[in-house]
Amino acid sequence: MRVTLNGESRDLRDGLTVADLVSDLGLRLRRIAVEINLDILPRDDYSHRTLREGDVVEIVHFIGGG
Amino acid sequence: MNDDDLFHLGDKTYRSRLIVGTGKYRDFAETRAALDAAGAEIVTVAVRRVNITDSGKDNLLDHLDLSRITILPNTAGCHTASEAIRTARLAREAGVGSLVKLEVIGDEKTLFPDVPATIEAAQVLIKEGFTVLPYITDDPIAAKRLEDAGCAAVMPLAAPIGSGLGIRNPYNLMIILEHSRVPVIVDAGVGTASDVAQAMELGCDAVLLNTAIAGAREPILMAEAMRLGVEAGRKAFLAGRIARKLYATASSPIDGMIR
Repeated sequence: MRVTLNGESRDLRDGLTVADLVSDLGLRLRRIAVEINLDILPRDDYSHRTLREGDVVEIVHFIGGG
Repeated sequence: MNDDDLFHLGDKTYRSRLIVGTGKYRDFAETRAALDAAGAEIVTVAVRRVNITDSGKDNLLDHLDLSRITILPNTAGCHTASEAIRTARLAREAGVGSLVKLEVIGDEKTLFPDVPATIEAAQVLIKEGFTVLPYITDDPIAAKRLEDAGCAAVMPLAAPIGSGLGIRNPYNLMIILEHSRVPVIVDAGVGTASDVAQAMELGCDAVLLNTAIAGAREPILMAEAMRLGVEAGRKAFLAGRIARKLYATASSPIDGMIR
C-alpha cells in the first residue's frame, strides 16, 4: 500500500493503523498531531484508523520558531 | 516587578512581559538558558513536519519547563488564511492549548503580514475557540479590525521580522495603544534592550522577540538585557515620565545662594 507521508511516497504494509505507524516511527503521542487527507485525526482514533492506499498523511510536531 | 502589576492575556495571568521565540539557537541547552535568563513565561514555537527518516531526536518541548511556561504556537511561513487555520488546528491537536500566534505572511522579502487574510483566519479560529494573537502591521485600523473580530491581543510589528531596526513608528503604536481595549504586544523588529524599553515606555503590554536574543553574540547575556529592558520600560511607564520642555529647569534651588 502506498501512502504519502509528510510529502514522501512510502510503501507501508496493509492493515497498518496510525497508531502502528506512529510507534514504528518512534514518535511519542503527546507531542504530535496527525492529519489525514487534510482532516485532523483525533488522538483517540489512532488505533482505529487503518491507513488506506493513497492516503496523504501529515505528522507534525513543534520546533524552534519565533 | 511589582507583584500586583500582572499581564493578563486570554484567561491567564503572567508576571513576565517578555515573550520569547525559540528559533535560531545553537541547541536546546542554549534555548533553555536564554529563556531562563529572559524570565519568559510565554514562548513561541513553530509547527513543522516530523523528520520521518530520523525521528529519534529529542523534542524541543522536552527541554522546556512546561509547568512554568505557556507554549504559543505560531503559523509562521503560512501565506494564506487556510494554511494558517490548518496549522493552528494541528498545533491545538498536539496538545498545548488553544493559544495561537496568527501570522499570515503577505510578502517573502519584507515578511509583512497580509492583513485581510489575517482577519479572515482570525474570524474562523475565534469561532473554533482559539485565543488568537495576530501579528499585524503597525496600522491602527488593522488593530481595530482584529480587536473587533475577537482577538485576545493585537501584535503590531516594530519593524520587519529579524531586522533589528527597532520601533520605526512610535506614533502609530501610540494611536493603537490609545484605542485598544485588548493588550498590545510589540512583535518583531526590535534589536536591543533600549528598543524593548521604548516599547514598554509607550505603554505596550508586552514585547515578543526572537532574533534579537538568538542572533546576539552572547544570547544569554542579551536575554537578561531584554528582561531588564522590559522591566525598566514598564516601570518608567507606570512612574510617568516628565513632560518634554525646550528650556532648562534648575534642579538646585536658587534660594540660599551665596552672593
